Amino acid sequence: MGESRTSDDVIVLRGVHKSFGTFVAVDQANFSIGRGEFFAMLGPSGCGKTTTLKMIAGFEQPTRGQVLLEGEDVSRTPPYKRNVNTVFQQYALFPHMTVAQNVAFGPRSKKVDRAVYEPRVAEMLEVVRLTEFASRKPAQMSGGQQQRVALARALVNMPSALLLDEPLAALDLKLREAMQLELKRIQREVGITFVFVTHDQGEALTMSDRIAVMSQGRVEQIGTPEEIYHSPASLFVAGFIGSANLLPGTVKGLDGDDAVLELASGGTIRTRVGTPPIIGERYSVMLRPERLVASTEPSTDGRSIAGVVNELIFQGASTRLELVVGDGTTVVANMIDDGRGPSIRPGDAVHVSWAAGAAYLIPGWPSVAGATSTDVDAIEAAL
Amino acid sequence: MTVPTIADEPRTNPLAQRAEWLGLTAMVVSGVVLMLIGARWVTGPLAVFAAAIMLGAIVTLVITAITGGPEARRKIAPYGLLKPGVLWLALFYLAPLITLLKSSLSTLPSRFAVKAEFDWNFGNYRDAFTDNAPQFGRALLFAAIATVLTILIGYPLAYVIAFRGRKYRSLLLGLIVIPFFTSYLIRTIAWSSLLADSGPIVGFLDLLGLTGPLSTLGIMDNGKLINTPAAVIGGLTYNFLPFMILPIYVSLEKVNPALVDAAQDLYSPSVKAFFRVVFPLTIPGLFAGTLLTFIPAAGDFINQQYLGNPNTSMIGNSIQNQFLVQNNVPLASAMSFVLMITITIGVLIYTKFFGTEELA
Repeated sequence: MGESRTSDDVIVLRGVHKSFGTFVAVDQANFSIGRGEFFAMLGPSGCGKTTTLKMIAGFEQPTRGQVLLEGEDVSRTPPYKRNVNTVFQQYALFPHMTVAQNVAFGPRSKKVDRAVYEPRVAEMLEVVRLTEFASRKPAQMSGGQQQRVALARALVNMPSALLLDEPLAALDLKLREAMQLELKRIQREVGITFVFVTHDQGEALTMSDRIAVMSQGRVEQIGTPEEIYHSPASLFVAGFIGSANLLPGTVKGLDGDDAVLELASGGTIRTRVGTPPIIGERYSVMLRPERLVASTEPSTDGRSIAGVVNELIFQGASTRLELVVGDGTTVVANMIDDGRGPSIRPGDAVHVSWAAGAAYLIPGWPSVAGATSTDVDAIEAAL
Repeated sequence: MTVPTIADEPRTNPLAQRAEWLGLTAMVVSGVVLMLIGARWVTGPLAVFAAAIMLGAIVTLVITAITGGPEARRKIAPYGLLKPGVLWLALFYLAPLITLLKSSLSTLPSRFAVKAEFDWNFGNYRDAFTDNAPQFGRALLFAAIATVLTILIGYPLAYVIAFRGRKYRSLLLGLIVIPFFTSYLIRTIAWSSLLADSGPIVGFLDLLGLTGPLSTLGIMDNGKLINTPAAVIGGLTYNFLPFMILPIYVSLEKVNPALVDAAQDLYSPSVKAFFRVVFPLTIPGLFAGTLLTFIPAAGDFINQQYLGNPNTSMIGNSIQNQFLVQNNVPLASAMSFVLMITITIGVLIYTKFFGTEELA
């Protein structure tokens, strides 16, 4: 799955495998992280993202495979000899030290001259905007401030990469949103590679240059937020990121660049494809609810599905339309509210259509036909 | 129908204004009275009068609390909560202390007199020093060595239980504490048979051929272990070990293991991470442990009595001897006071250098 990058890779994972007893935490991770990149590892809890981060940091060692840092195999190198630094989930600031002493911890461990590290500590505190807090103890600071101390403490060492383990999970919603932008700003300012672990898809989409979506120890897809959102490589990715209608069907043939899919619920549609599909195989089509439009007429180019309106729910900015198609599968559409009120009512027979490129073909059938990612959202919210 | 609320009540109740002052006065008065009566400083009709004053103060306070409304009660409450403790300390701590002080300044009219007479006799303090200087010295030295040994044995033990104990933590802590369900005296006597010349420990050391070298080092006395300074220090170390382990364990348990990860991540190998992060965070526990070990060990006489010889006697033995054998209560009181003051000064100096905000 991982595209091979060669030029300026800071971190390279080659066939990395990690198991604890019989439990496989990470299975065949192969990817590279480029210099200056903001890279996210995204997945539900237990997907192996934190284990992968720990293997990069040195707190865990891969069972098989290699971790390369700046082209050097560090798979068996202890954490204190690796030039990467971690921002821990609960920050792990040293409570008996002041903010400045916390930030100076790394340079002092490396026996850097006081005259050299002191200006660097001051400079780093300025970057995270905590200069006036230098002599405070961590306990006297808010969660957001502690977070920034942890950042400064890691960045002052000029690591090859900064590893962040769910850095925003401990903050409340408002602060989390502010810190997302703050993290982006700091990353631009220092130009260091950030590798960032999160279970929050919104966070990953907002902040990252590239995202690795993981599930059950496997990397499902790596790509830019746009690629991941619009062209998910698997049903899991489609369901985990945003909400999606996933309709099962069988590929009947190709029409130009598009595939022709016969839906299990009846009807035939055209869909954009990623890798060329195998004709006669089981595939699903992904339709994002916000890209569906309801109309009374079917589209002429095979980009619509017919159904009966089950429910209309006004949600403010949009209206949620639930459509029952063919065999009872539900399709959800989010329609922008134009202020004129609904022209359709429950019980009406309508067609939902989409623009070219909005439908995307994914191999396999969902376990629950027509499942939208609301279930995944619910699971995620419970975590 | 209107529901009365606190806001509806008059803001300033005349009784409530005096409530705070009254609470404080009643507490101080009853404390002083209990102390004086307890120390038998006032006796006879005077004591009855003092008790009447105390009762009066308390009754006034109760009346104020009943009639003064919520505001008065709120002001009295802190003193009410303090009072049981203050009165307890006045009767069972301050009163005996005063009695002890008074008796340390008294004189026995004759060698066989039972009752000493109070006459500001500071000579007792001179005698306490001149007759018992070596015992004082040994008490402080033995207690200090025993304290260092409990740290050397207790810290690693507490560390392993806290960081490597996992689900066996409680069991391991229990194993440390269980022997101490047996009486202090019995345990010490048990050690005297363990350390006896025909006992298992000497036999084992003999088998290993260590008797000679240990005798040369001065730890054993011509192949004997019992009745040596080493045995006394060993007994003190054993008996006070849990008082060192438990506070250290408590402070180690509070250390977030992620801090060790963070230190390693910031280029400190394990040993360095321990000394820069874990150890400084456990200083409060270590400090509490040294106090809990050193103070009672310095006044101990049981270990020396069963494991030592006349040349290892500590100040505790002298005090016990003067109190219970020689019946020289004034001298024994003076020695107790000297020991108390020495330890207090020592602890204050120690606190100044090593103490932490939590304890100082």
